[in-house]
Amino acid sequence: MRNMGVSDFPDAFKETREAKGVCPFNDQDDPVAMLLRFKDVRKSAHDYKSFISGAVPGRIVIPSEVNIRDTRQIPFEVDPPEHTEYRALVEDWFKRPFDSTYEAGLESIILSELEKVLKKGSCEAISELSLPIQSRALTLLLNIPLKEAETWISWGTHVFRSEDSNLDADKASILYDYIDAEIDRVIAQPDDSLYSVLLNSEYQGRKMTKEEVKGVLVLTFAGGRDTIINYLTNTMAYLGEHPEAMDQLRNNPALVNTAIEELVRYFSPLTHMGRVVAQEKEVCGHVAKEDTRISLCWASANRDEAVFENPNDVVLDRKMNPHVAFGFGTHKCLGATHARQLMKVFLRVFTQKVGKLTVVNAVENIEDWGEHQRKVGFDRLEIELNPIE
Amino acid sequence: MAKITYITKEGESLVFEASSGSLMELAVKNKVPGIDGDCGGVCSCATCHVHVAPAYYEKLEAPSEIEADMLEFDDNVNEYSRLCCQIPVSDAVDGITVEVAN
Ligand code: HEM
Ligand code: HEM
Ligand code: FES
Repeated sequence: MRNMGVSDFPDAFKETREAKGVCPFNDQDDPVAMLLRFKDVRKSAHDYKSFISGAVPGRIVIPSEVNIRDTRQIPFEVDPPEHTEYRALVEDWFKRPFDSTYEAGLESIILSELEKVLKKGSCEAISELSLPIQSRALTLLLNIPLKEAETWISWGTHVFRSEDSNLDADKASILYDYIDAEIDRVIAQPDDSLYSVLLNSEYQGRKMTKEEVKGVLVLTFAGGRDTIINYLTNTMAYLGEHPEAMDQLRNNPALVNTAIEELVRYFSPLTHMGRVVAQEKEVCGHVAKEDTRISLCWASANRDEAVFENPNDVVLDRKMNPHVAFGFGTHKCLGATHARQLMKVFLRVFTQKVGKLTVVNAVENIEDWGEHQRKVGFDRLEIELNPIE
Repeated sequence: MAKITYITKEGESLVFEASSGSLMELAVKNKVPGIDGDCGGVCSCATCHVHVAPAYYEKLEAPSEIEADMLEFDDNVNEYSRLCCQIPVSDAVDGITVEVAN
Protein backbone atom coordinates (compact mmCIF):
# COMPACT_ATOMS: atom_id res chain seq x y z
CA MET A 1 0.00 0.00 0.00
CA ARG A 2 1.25 3.47 -0.75
CA ASN A 3 1.59 6.07 1.96
CA MET A 4 -1.27 8.39 2.74
CA GLY A 5 -0.64 11.66 1.01
CA VAL A 6 -1.94 15.00 2.22
CA SER A 7 -4.60 14.95 -0.45
CA ASP A 8 -5.96 11.53 0.51
CA PHE A 9 -9.29 11.73 2.27
CA PRO A 10 -10.04 8.25 3.61
CA ASP A 11 -13.55 6.85 3.73
CA ALA A 12 -14.19 7.10 7.47
CA PHE A 13 -17.43 5.14 7.50
CA LYS A 14 -16.74 2.10 5.32
CA GLU A 15 -16.91 -0.70 7.89
CA THR A 16 -20.00 0.54 9.67
CA ARG A 17 -21.75 1.44 6.42
CA GLU A 18 -21.25 -2.05 5.08
CA ALA A 19 -21.89 -3.96 8.30
CA LYS A 20 -24.75 -1.99 9.83
CA GLY A 21 -25.60 1.06 7.72
CA VAL A 22 -26.45 3.12 10.78
CA CYS A 23 -24.10 4.58 13.34
CA PRO A 24 -25.18 5.96 16.71
CA PHE A 25 -23.56 9.21 17.81
CA ASN A 26 -24.17 10.88 21.12
CA ASP A 27 -24.33 14.64 20.85
CA GLN A 28 -25.05 16.60 24.03
CA ASP A 29 -27.48 13.92 25.26
CA ASP A 30 -29.60 14.23 22.13
CA PRO A 31 -28.37 11.16 20.25
CA VAL A 32 -28.23 10.94 16.49
CA ALA A 33 -28.57 7.84 14.30
CA MET A 34 -26.31 8.57 11.34
CA LEU A 35 -27.54 6.99 8.10
CA LEU A 36 -24.55 5.91 6.08
CA ARG A 37 -25.84 4.21 2.91
CA PHE A 38 -26.53 6.10 -0.28
CA LYS A 39 -30.02 4.66 -0.76
CA ASP A 40 -31.14 5.37 2.80
CA VAL A 41 -29.71 8.87 2.72
CA ARG A 42 -31.54 9.78 -0.48
CA LYS A 43 -34.78 8.13 0.54
CA SER A 44 -34.83 9.83 3.92
CA ALA A 45 -33.84 13.23 2.49
CA HIS A 46 -36.83 12.90 0.19
CA ASP A 47 -39.18 11.94 3.02
CA TYR A 48 -39.57 15.40 4.57
CA LYS A 49 -42.81 14.38 6.25
CA SER A 50 -41.24 11.74 8.48
CA PHE A 51 -37.88 13.47 8.87
CA ILE A 52 -38.33 17.15 9.46
CA SER A 53 -36.06 20.17 9.37
CA GLY A 54 -38.53 22.54 11.05
CA ALA A 55 -37.69 21.47 14.62
CA VAL A 56 -36.42 23.74 17.40
CA PRO A 57 -33.86 26.09 15.75
CA GLY A 58 -30.37 24.57 15.83
CA ARG A 59 -31.48 21.00 16.52
CA ILE A 60 -30.88 19.59 13.03
CA VAL A 61 -27.31 20.88 13.07
CA ILE A 62 -24.75 18.49 14.55
CA PRO A 63 -23.34 19.34 17.01
CA SER A 64 -26.66 20.80 18.09
CA GLU A 65 -26.85 24.58 18.31
CA VAL A 66 -30.05 24.63 20.37
CA ASN A 67 -28.24 26.23 23.28
CA ILE A 68 -26.56 28.99 21.31
CA ARG A 69 -29.23 30.41 19.04
CA ASP A 70 -32.97 31.10 18.65
CA THR A 71 -33.03 32.45 15.12
CA ARG A 72 -34.63 30.03 12.69
CA GLN A 73 -32.58 29.64 9.54
CA ILE A 74 -34.66 30.05 6.41
CA PRO A 75 -35.34 28.02 4.25
CA PHE A 76 -33.05 25.50 5.95
CA GLU A 77 -35.10 24.94 9.12
CA VAL A 78 -38.57 25.04 7.59
CA ASP A 79 -40.54 22.23 5.92
CA PRO A 80 -42.96 22.30 3.00
CA PRO A 81 -45.38 23.91 2.36
CA GLU A 82 -43.79 26.96 4.07
CA HIS A 83 -40.38 25.95 2.75
CA THR A 84 -41.64 26.01 -0.83
CA GLU A 85 -42.78 29.61 -0.59
CA TYR A 86 -39.63 30.86 1.13
CA ARG A 87 -37.42 29.05 -1.32
CA ALA A 88 -39.32 30.44 -4.31
CA LEU A 89 -38.55 33.95 -3.04
CA VAL A 90 -34.81 33.43 -3.30
CA GLU A 91 -34.40 30.76 -6.00
CA ASP A 92 -33.85 33.17 -8.90
CA TRP A 93 -31.45 35.33 -6.94
CA PHE A 94 -29.28 32.29 -6.24
CA LYS A 95 -29.09 31.52 -9.96
CA ARG A 96 -27.32 34.81 -10.71
CA PRO A 97 -23.94 33.02 -10.73
CA PHE A 98 -24.89 31.75 -14.22
CA ASP A 99 -24.60 35.34 -15.57
CA SER A 100 -21.43 36.13 -17.48
CA THR A 101 -20.83 39.33 -15.48
CA TYR A 102 -20.89 37.27 -12.29
CA GLU A 103 -18.37 34.85 -13.74
CA ALA A 104 -16.14 37.76 -14.75
CA GLY A 105 -16.40 39.10 -11.19
CA LEU A 106 -15.28 35.77 -9.78
CA GLU A 107 -12.40 35.65 -12.21
CA SER A 108 -11.08 39.03 -11.21
CA ILE A 109 -11.32 38.20 -7.48
CA ILE A 110 -9.47 34.92 -7.90
CA LEU A 111 -6.83 36.41 -10.20
CA SER A 112 -5.97 39.22 -7.84
CA GLU A 113 -5.66 36.91 -4.80
CA LEU A 114 -3.55 34.45 -6.74
CA GLU A 115 -1.24 37.11 -8.13
CA LYS A 116 -0.54 38.38 -4.62
CA VAL A 117 0.69 34.99 -3.41
CA LEU A 118 2.49 34.16 -6.64
CA LYS A 119 4.62 37.25 -6.05
CA LYS A 120 5.52 36.00 -2.57
CA GLY A 121 6.13 32.45 -3.77
CA SER A 122 4.67 30.80 -0.69
CA CYS A 123 1.72 31.18 1.64
CA GLU A 124 -0.66 29.55 4.09
CA ALA A 125 -3.45 28.56 1.72
CA ILE A 126 -6.47 28.93 4.02
CA SER A 127 -5.81 32.41 5.39
CA GLU A 128 -4.22 33.81 2.22
CA LEU A 129 -6.28 32.17 -0.52
CA SER A 130 -9.36 30.20 0.52
CA LEU A 131 -10.73 32.62 3.10
CA PRO A 132 -10.22 35.84 1.12
CA ILE A 133 -11.54 34.24 -2.07
CA GLN A 134 -14.59 32.81 -0.28
CA SER A 135 -15.32 36.12 1.44
CA ARG A 136 -14.86 38.32 -1.61
CA ALA A 137 -16.91 35.97 -3.76
CA LEU A 138 -19.73 36.20 -1.24
CA THR A 139 -19.99 39.94 -1.91
CA LEU A 140 -21.02 39.02 -5.46
CA LEU A 141 -23.72 36.70 -4.20
CA LEU A 142 -25.08 39.34 -1.83
CA ASN A 143 -24.48 42.08 -4.41
CA ILE A 144 -22.68 44.43 -2.04
CA PRO A 145 -19.36 46.35 -2.32
CA LEU A 146 -16.22 44.22 -2.41
CA LYS A 147 -14.66 46.04 0.53
CA GLU A 148 -17.28 44.61 2.89
CA ALA A 149 -15.37 41.33 2.69
CA GLU A 150 -12.56 42.86 4.80
CA THR A 151 -14.78 42.61 7.89
CA TRP A 152 -15.57 38.95 7.26
CA ILE A 153 -11.95 38.11 6.58
CA SER A 154 -10.99 39.71 9.88
CA TRP A 155 -13.24 37.21 11.69
CA GLY A 156 -10.86 34.42 10.72
CA THR A 157 -11.92 30.92 9.71
CA HIS A 158 -13.79 29.92 12.79
CA VAL A 159 -16.37 32.65 13.33
CA PHE A 160 -18.40 30.46 15.62
CA ARG A 161 -15.67 28.61 17.40
CA SER A 162 -13.37 29.64 20.22
CA GLU A 163 -10.15 28.06 21.43
CA ASP A 164 -11.75 26.02 24.19
CA SER A 165 -15.20 25.33 22.84
CA ASN A 166 -16.73 24.20 19.60
CA LEU A 167 -19.99 25.88 20.41
CA ASP A 168 -19.40 29.37 21.61
CA ALA A 169 -22.44 31.62 21.95
CA ASP A 170 -20.32 34.77 22.27
CA LYS A 171 -18.57 34.08 19.03
CA ALA A 172 -21.80 33.22 17.21
CA SER A 173 -23.19 36.58 18.33
CA ILE A 174 -20.51 38.42 16.33
CA LEU A 175 -22.29 37.28 13.19
CA TYR A 176 -25.80 37.95 14.47
CA ASP A 177 -24.93 41.45 15.68
CA TYR A 178 -23.27 42.22 12.40
CA ILE A 179 -26.29 41.09 10.36
CA ASP A 180 -28.71 43.00 12.62
CA ALA A 181 -26.71 46.17 12.06
CA GLU A 182 -26.55 45.62 8.29
CA ILE A 183 -30.31 45.05 8.08
CA ASP A 184 -30.95 48.33 9.92
CA ARG A 185 -28.52 50.14 7.67
CA VAL A 186 -30.25 48.85 4.53
CA ILE A 187 -33.71 49.69 5.91
CA ALA A 188 -32.49 53.28 6.35
CA GLN A 189 -30.81 53.31 2.96
CA PRO A 190 -32.23 50.77 0.52
CA ASP A 191 -29.88 49.45 -2.17
CA ASP A 192 -29.90 46.59 -4.67
CA SER A 193 -28.39 43.97 -2.38
CA LEU A 194 -29.90 40.68 -1.24
CA TYR A 195 -30.76 42.47 2.03
CA SER A 196 -33.03 44.90 0.18
CA VAL A 197 -34.54 42.23 -2.03
CA LEU A 198 -35.47 40.20 1.04
CA LEU A 199 -36.78 43.19 2.96
CA ASN A 200 -39.08 43.96 0.03
CA SER A 201 -40.23 40.36 -0.46
CA GLU A 202 -43.65 39.19 0.55
CA TYR A 203 -44.30 35.98 2.40
CA GLN A 204 -47.92 34.82 2.77
CA GLY A 205 -49.12 38.21 1.62
CA ARG A 206 -47.12 40.27 4.11
CA LYS A 207 -43.62 41.77 4.17
CA MET A 208 -40.81 39.56 5.46
CA THR A 209 -39.94 40.39 9.06
CA LYS A 210 -36.46 41.44 10.14
CA GLU A 211 -36.11 38.13 11.96
CA GLU A 212 -36.88 36.21 8.76
CA VAL A 213 -34.48 38.27 6.69
CA LYS A 214 -31.82 37.60 9.29
CA GLY A 215 -32.66 33.88 9.13
CA VAL A 216 -31.93 33.80 5.43
CA LEU A 217 -28.77 35.89 5.55
CA VAL A 218 -27.13 34.11 8.44
CA LEU A 219 -27.35 30.97 6.38
CA THR A 220 -25.45 32.44 3.46
CA PHE A 221 -22.62 33.17 5.90
CA ALA A 222 -22.74 29.96 7.90
CA GLY A 223 -23.55 27.46 5.15
CA GLY A 224 -21.27 28.99 2.58
CA ARG A 225 -18.16 29.59 4.64
CA ASP A 226 -16.41 26.48 5.92
CA THR A 227 -17.83 24.42 3.06
CA ILE A 228 -16.31 26.63 0.37
CA ILE A 229 -13.08 27.08 2.31
CA ASN A 230 -12.61 23.31 2.57
CA TYR A 231 -13.58 22.78 -1.06
CA LEU A 232 -10.90 25.24 -2.20
CA THR A 233 -8.17 24.23 0.24
CA ASN A 234 -8.60 20.50 -0.31
CA THR A 235 -8.52 21.05 -4.05
CA MET A 236 -5.19 22.84 -3.75
CA ALA A 237 -3.78 19.93 -1.74
CA TYR A 238 -5.00 17.60 -4.48
CA LEU A 239 -3.45 19.65 -7.29
CA GLY A 240 -0.15 19.79 -5.39
CA GLU A 241 0.05 16.01 -5.28
CA HIS A 242 -1.34 15.52 -8.78
CA PRO A 243 0.63 17.61 -11.26
CA GLU A 244 -0.81 15.42 -14.05
CA ALA A 245 -4.28 16.70 -13.12
CA MET A 246 -3.00 20.27 -13.47
CA ASP A 247 -1.85 19.45 -17.00
CA GLN A 248 -5.10 17.71 -17.93
CA LEU A 249 -7.22 20.60 -16.69
CA ARG A 250 -5.00 23.10 -18.49
CA ASN A 251 -5.07 21.26 -21.79
CA ASN A 252 -8.71 20.22 -21.73
CA PRO A 253 -10.85 23.08 -20.41
CA ALA A 254 -14.09 21.04 -20.73
CA LEU A 255 -12.77 18.67 -18.05
CA VAL A 256 -13.68 21.19 -15.31
CA ASN A 257 -17.36 20.31 -15.71
CA THR A 258 -16.95 16.78 -14.41
CA ALA A 259 -13.93 17.64 -12.23
CA ILE A 260 -15.85 20.05 -9.97
CA GLU A 261 -18.50 17.39 -9.33
CA GLU A 262 -15.92 14.71 -8.60
CA LEU A 263 -13.93 16.90 -6.23
CA VAL A 264 -17.02 17.90 -4.28
CA ARG A 265 -18.06 14.21 -4.08
CA TYR A 266 -14.64 13.15 -2.89
CA PHE A 267 -14.23 15.95 -0.32
CA SER A 268 -17.90 16.19 0.73
CA PRO A 269 -17.31 19.44 2.62
CA LEU A 270 -20.52 19.02 4.61
CA THR A 271 -20.30 15.65 6.35
CA HIS A 272 -23.91 15.24 7.38
CA MET A 273 -27.02 17.12 8.40
CA GLY A 274 -29.67 16.10 10.89
CA ARG A 275 -33.42 15.66 10.83
CA VAL A 276 -35.92 15.19 13.65
CA VAL A 277 -38.22 12.18 13.42
CA ALA A 278 -41.84 13.34 13.18
CA GLN A 279 -43.37 9.90 13.20
CA GLU A 280 -41.75 6.61 14.12
CA LYS A 281 -40.23 4.94 11.12
CA GLU A 282 -37.90 2.08 10.31
CA VAL A 283 -34.79 2.86 8.28
CA CYS A 284 -32.10 0.35 7.52
CA GLY A 285 -33.23 -1.96 10.31
CA HIS A 286 -33.15 0.88 12.81
CA VAL A 287 -36.35 2.08 14.45
CA ALA A 288 -36.22 5.86 14.41
CA LYS A 289 -38.37 6.86 17.37
CA GLU A 290 -40.50 9.96 17.33
CA ASP A 291 -38.70 13.12 18.42
CA THR A 292 -35.24 11.56 18.17
CA ARG A 293 -32.67 12.56 15.56
CA ILE A 294 -31.27 10.93 12.47
CA SER A 295 -28.63 12.37 10.18
CA LEU A 296 -28.11 12.12 6.46
CA CYS A 297 -24.43 11.39 6.03
CA TRP A 298 -23.61 12.82 2.61
CA ALA A 299 -19.91 12.03 3.04
CA SER A 300 -20.54 8.32 3.61
CA ALA A 301 -23.16 8.04 0.87
CA ASN A 302 -20.66 9.54 -1.56
CA ARG A 303 -18.27 6.61 -1.01
CA ASP A 304 -20.91 3.88 -1.25
CA GLU A 305 -19.53 1.09 -3.42
CA ALA A 306 -23.03 0.03 -4.38
CA VAL A 307 -23.24 3.23 -6.43
CA PHE A 308 -19.74 4.49 -7.22
CA GLU A 309 -17.05 2.49 -8.96
CA ASN A 310 -13.70 2.96 -7.24
CA PRO A 311 -15.28 5.36 -4.76
CA ASN A 312 -11.97 6.25 -3.12
CA ASP A 313 -10.30 7.38 -6.34
CA VAL A 314 -10.60 10.87 -7.74
CA VAL A 315 -11.69 10.33 -11.35
CA LEU A 316 -11.82 13.80 -12.86
CA ASP A 317 -13.84 12.69 -15.88
CA ARG A 318 -16.32 10.50 -13.97
CA LYS A 319 -19.37 10.44 -16.22
CA MET A 320 -22.04 9.11 -13.90
CA ASN A 321 -21.73 10.80 -10.56
CA PRO A 322 -25.02 11.01 -8.66
CA HIS A 323 -23.30 12.39 -5.55
CA VAL A 324 -25.16 14.04 -2.70
CA ALA A 325 -22.45 16.48 -1.61
CA PHE A 326 -24.93 19.34 -2.09
CA GLY A 327 -27.71 17.38 -0.40
CA PHE A 328 -30.76 15.90 -2.07
CA GLY A 329 -34.42 16.73 -2.44
CA THR A 330 -36.26 19.58 -0.75
CA HIS A 331 -33.30 21.19 0.98
CA LYS A 332 -30.66 20.65 -1.67
CA CYS A 333 -28.05 23.37 -1.46
CA LEU A 334 -29.24 26.79 -2.46
CA GLY A 335 -25.66 28.01 -2.81
CA ALA A 336 -24.63 25.21 -5.16
CA THR A 337 -24.71 27.33 -8.31
CA HIS A 338 -22.40 29.84 -6.67
CA ALA A 339 -20.12 27.09 -5.31
CA ARG A 340 -19.89 25.35 -8.66
CA GLN A 341 -19.20 28.50 -10.61
CA LEU A 342 -16.57 29.58 -8.09
CA MET A 343 -14.80 26.23 -8.36
CA LYS A 344 -14.97 26.20 -12.14
CA VAL A 345 -13.36 29.61 -12.40
CA PHE A 346 -10.86 28.76 -9.68
CA LEU A 347 -9.65 25.65 -11.52
CA ARG A 348 -9.40 27.54 -14.78
CA VAL A 349 -7.48 30.50 -13.39
CA PHE A 350 -5.31 28.39 -11.11
CA THR A 351 -4.14 26.01 -13.83
CA GLN A 352 -3.46 28.89 -16.20
CA LYS A 353 -1.35 30.85 -13.73
CA VAL A 354 0.31 28.23 -11.55
CA GLY A 355 2.88 25.83 -12.97
CA LYS A 356 3.65 23.95 -9.78
CA LEU A 357 2.22 23.76 -6.30
CA THR A 358 4.17 22.12 -3.48
CA VAL A 359 2.67 21.34 -0.11
CA VAL A 360 5.26 22.24 2.53
CA ASN A 361 3.30 21.54 5.67
CA ALA A 362 -0.23 20.41 6.45
CA VAL A 363 -2.24 20.22 9.66
CA GLU A 364 -5.32 18.11 9.13
CA ASN A 365 -8.78 18.95 10.45
CA ILE A 366 -10.27 15.72 11.74
CA GLU A 367 -13.91 15.64 12.80
CA ASP A 368 -14.86 13.39 15.65
CA TRP A 369 -18.11 11.48 15.23
CA GLY A 370 -17.80 9.06 18.11
CA GLU A 371 -16.59 5.79 16.62
CA HIS A 372 -15.55 7.55 13.44
CA GLN A 373 -12.90 10.14 12.75
CA ARG A 374 -13.26 11.92 9.45
CA LYS A 375 -10.77 14.17 7.74
CA VAL A 376 -12.77 17.07 6.31
CA GLY A 377 -10.03 19.54 5.50
CA PHE A 378 -7.06 21.33 7.03
CA ASP A 379 -6.40 23.73 9.86
CA ARG A 380 -3.26 24.87 8.05
CA LEU A 381 -1.89 24.22 4.60
CA GLU A 382 1.46 25.80 3.81
CA ILE A 383 2.26 25.80 0.12
CA GLU A 384 4.81 27.03 -2.39
CA LEU A 385 3.64 28.25 -5.76
CA ASN A 386 5.60 28.61 -8.98
CA PRO A 387 4.14 30.62 -11.81
CA ILE A 388 3.70 28.93 -15.14
CA GLU A 389 6.84 29.22 -17.33
CA MET B 1 -27.93 17.65 -37.71
CA ALA B 2 -30.78 16.62 -35.44
CA LYS B 3 -33.77 18.82 -34.78
CA ILE B 4 -34.98 18.91 -31.17
CA THR B 5 -38.21 20.50 -29.92
CA TYR B 6 -38.57 21.61 -26.30
CA ILE B 7 -41.99 22.49 -24.92
CA THR B 8 -41.76 24.82 -21.94
CA LYS B 9 -44.06 24.94 -18.91
CA GLU B 10 -45.78 27.90 -20.58
CA GLY B 11 -46.54 25.69 -23.58
CA GLU B 12 -44.12 27.43 -25.91
CA SER B 13 -42.29 25.28 -28.52
CA LEU B 14 -38.60 26.00 -28.96
CA VAL B 15 -36.76 24.26 -31.77
CA PHE B 16 -32.97 23.90 -32.00
CA GLU B 17 -30.51 21.92 -34.07
CA ALA B 18 -27.28 20.25 -33.08
CA SER B 19 -25.00 17.44 -34.07
CA SER B 20 -23.28 16.64 -30.79
CA GLY B 21 -23.61 16.96 -27.03
CA SER B 22 -26.69 16.05 -25.03
CA LEU B 23 -30.26 17.35 -25.04
CA MET B 24 -29.46 19.06 -21.73
CA GLU B 25 -26.43 20.88 -23.15
CA LEU B 26 -28.40 22.09 -26.16
CA ALA B 27 -31.19 23.36 -23.89
CA VAL B 28 -28.80 25.13 -21.51
CA LYS B 29 -26.94 26.75 -24.39
CA ASN B 30 -30.24 28.13 -25.64
CA LYS B 31 -31.55 28.99 -22.18
CA VAL B 32 -34.65 26.81 -22.32
CA PRO B 33 -36.56 27.76 -19.14
CA GLY B 34 -36.80 24.91 -16.62
CA ILE B 35 -33.66 23.11 -17.79
CA ASP B 36 -30.77 24.30 -15.66
CA GLY B 37 -28.34 21.41 -15.96
CA ASP B 38 -26.78 22.31 -12.61
CA CYS B 39 -24.48 19.29 -12.36
CA GLY B 40 -23.22 19.54 -15.93
CA GLY B 41 -24.71 16.18 -16.87
CA VAL B 42 -23.32 13.71 -14.33
CA CYS B 43 -26.77 12.63 -13.17
CA SER B 44 -26.67 14.29 -9.78
CA CYS B 45 -29.18 17.16 -9.90
CA ALA B 46 -32.32 16.25 -11.89
CA THR B 47 -32.63 19.85 -13.11
CA CYS B 48 -32.85 18.48 -16.66
CA HIS B 49 -36.00 16.39 -16.19
CA VAL B 50 -38.25 16.13 -19.28
CA HIS B 51 -41.17 14.07 -20.51
CA VAL B 52 -40.33 12.53 -23.86
CA ALA B 53 -43.04 12.30 -26.51
CA PRO B 54 -44.27 8.67 -26.31
CA ALA B 55 -43.42 7.85 -29.94
CA TYR B 56 -39.79 8.73 -29.25
CA TYR B 57 -39.52 7.35 -25.74
CA GLU B 58 -39.44 3.79 -27.05
CA LYS B 59 -36.68 4.59 -29.53
CA LEU B 60 -34.28 5.73 -26.83
CA GLU B 61 -31.95 3.43 -24.97
CA ALA B 62 -33.51 2.59 -21.63
CA PRO B 63 -32.36 4.73 -18.70
CA SER B 64 -29.49 3.40 -16.59
CA GLU B 65 -30.17 2.30 -13.03
CA ILE B 66 -28.59 5.49 -11.70
CA GLU B 67 -30.85 7.65 -13.84
CA ALA B 68 -33.94 5.64 -12.94
CA ASP B 69 -33.14 5.90 -9.21
CA MET B 70 -32.65 9.63 -9.57
CA LEU B 71 -36.01 10.02 -11.28
CA GLU B 72 -37.77 7.95 -8.65
CA PHE B 73 -37.59 10.86 -6.22
CA ASP B 74 -38.22 13.80 -8.51
CA ASP B 75 -41.46 15.76 -8.83
CA ASN B 76 -43.84 15.23 -11.74
CA VAL B 77 -42.45 11.87 -12.75
CA ASN B 78 -44.37 9.88 -15.33
CA GLU B 79 -43.64 6.86 -17.52
CA TYR B 80 -42.01 9.08 -20.14
CA SER B 81 -39.69 10.85 -17.73
CA ARG B 82 -36.01 11.15 -18.59
CA LEU B 83 -33.03 13.18 -17.45
CA CYS B 84 -32.15 14.75 -20.76
CA CYS B 85 -28.42 15.03 -19.94
CA GLN B 86 -28.48 11.27 -20.53
CA ILE B 87 -29.89 11.59 -24.06
CA PRO B 88 -27.15 12.20 -26.61
CA VAL B 89 -27.91 14.28 -29.67
CA SER B 90 -27.70 12.02 -32.73
CA ASP B 91 -29.61 11.18 -35.89
CA ALA B 92 -31.56 8.68 -33.82
CA VAL B 93 -33.33 11.51 -31.99
CA ASP B 94 -33.86 13.77 -35.02
CA GLY B 95 -37.37 15.26 -34.74
CA ILE B 96 -37.85 14.39 -31.05
CA THR B 97 -40.14 16.46 -28.82
CA VAL B 98 -39.57 16.76 -25.08
CA GLU B 99 -41.64 18.60 -22.53
CA VAL B 100 -39.97 20.37 -19.58
CA ALA B 101 -41.16 18.60 -16.40
CA ASN B 102 -40.52 21.17 -13.66
C1 HEM C 1 -18.97 23.35 -1.58
C2 HEM C 1 -19.79 24.14 -0.95
C3 HEM C 1 -21.08 23.70 -0.33
C4 HEM C 1 -21.51 22.45 0.06
C5 HEM C 1 -20.77 21.14 -0.04
C6 HEM C 1 -22.86 22.61 0.59
C7 HEM C 1 -23.64 21.58 1.08
C8 HEM C 1 -24.97 21.68 1.42
C9 HEM C 1 -25.82 20.57 1.78
C10 HEM C 1 -25.39 19.12 1.85
C11 HEM C 1 -27.06 21.07 2.04
C12 HEM C 1 -28.30 20.27 2.44
C13 HEM C 1 -28.61 20.41 3.89
C14 HEM C 1 -29.83 19.64 4.30
O1 HEM C 1 -30.37 18.82 3.53
O2 HEM C 1 -30.28 19.81 5.45
C15 HEM C 1 -26.99 22.50 1.86
C16 HEM C 1 -28.05 23.36 2.04
C17 HEM C 1 -27.94 24.74 1.94
N1 HEM C 1 -26.82 25.45 1.56
FE1 HEM C 1 -25.06 24.68 0.96
N2 HEM C 1 -23.20 23.92 0.53
C18 HEM C 1 -22.16 24.63 -0.03
C19 HEM C 1 -22.12 25.98 -0.28
C20 HEM C 1 -23.13 26.87 0.02
C21 HEM C 1 -23.09 28.29 -0.23
C22 HEM C 1 -21.94 29.04 -0.89
C23 HEM C 1 -24.26 28.81 0.25
C24 HEM C 1 -24.73 30.24 0.26
C25 HEM C 1 -23.97 31.25 0.31
C26 HEM C 1 -25.05 27.71 0.76
C27 HEM C 1 -26.31 27.83 1.29
C28 HEM C 1 -27.14 26.77 1.58
C29 HEM C 1 -28.52 26.94 1.99
C30 HEM C 1 -29.27 28.25 2.12
C31 HEM C 1 -29.02 25.65 2.22
C32 HEM C 1 -30.43 25.28 2.70
C33 HEM C 1 -31.36 25.12 1.53
C34 HEM C 1 -32.76 24.73 1.95
O3 HEM C 1 -32.99 24.35 3.11
O4 HEM C 1 -33.67 24.81 1.11
N3 HEM C 1 -24.33 26.55 0.60
N4 HEM C 1 -25.71 22.84 1.48
C1 HEM D 1 -26.15 30.27 12.29
C2 HEM D 1 -25.94 29.09 11.78
C3 HEM D 1 -24.77 28.24 12.08
C4 HEM D 1 -23.93 28.32 13.16
C5 HEM D 1 -23.98 29.24 14.35
C6 HEM D 1 -22.93 27.28 12.95
C7 HEM D 1 -21.95 27.00 13.87
C8 HEM D 1 -20.93 26.14 13.60
C9 HEM D 1 -19.97 25.71 14.58
C10 HEM D 1 -20.00 26.08 16.05
C11 HEM D 1 -19.07 24.92 13.96
C12 HEM D 1 -17.90 24.24 14.57
C13 HEM D 1 -18.30 22.87 14.98
C14 HEM D 1 -17.15 21.97 15.32
O1 HEM D 1 -16.01 22.39 15.24
O2 HEM D 1 -17.40 20.83 15.66
C15 HEM D 1 -19.48 24.81 12.60
C16 HEM D 1 -18.84 24.06 11.68
C17 HEM D 1 -19.36 23.80 10.42
N1 HEM D 1 -20.55 24.26 9.89
FE1 HEM D 1 -21.85 25.45 10.82
N2 HEM D 1 -23.18 26.62 11.79
C18 HEM D 1 -24.29 27.16 11.23
C19 HEM D 1 -24.89 26.76 10.07
C20 HEM D 1 -24.33 25.91 9.15
C21 HEM D 1 -24.97 25.45 7.96
C22 HEM D 1 -26.37 25.81 7.54
C23 HEM D 1 -24.07 24.66 7.29
C24 HEM D 1 -24.20 23.93 5.98
C25 HEM D 1 -25.25 23.90 5.22
C26 HEM D 1 -22.87 24.63 8.09
C27 HEM D 1 -21.72 23.95 7.76
C28 HEM D 1 -20.67 23.75 8.63
C29 HEM D 1 -19.51 22.94 8.32
C30 HEM D 1 -19.24 22.20 7.02
C31 HEM D 1 -18.69 22.97 9.45
C32 HEM D 1 -17.37 22.24 9.63
C33 HEM D 1 -16.25 23.14 9.32
C34 HEM D 1 -14.92 22.62 9.69
O3 HEM D 1 -14.80 21.96 10.75
O4 HEM D 1 -13.98 22.90 8.95
N3 HEM D 1 -23.06 25.40 9.21
N4 HEM D 1 -20.61 25.57 12.40
S1 FES E 1 -27.89 17.86 -15.67
FE1 FES E 1 -27.83 17.17 -13.63
S2 FES E 1 -28.92 15.31 -13.75
FE2 FES E 1 -28.97 16.02 -15.79
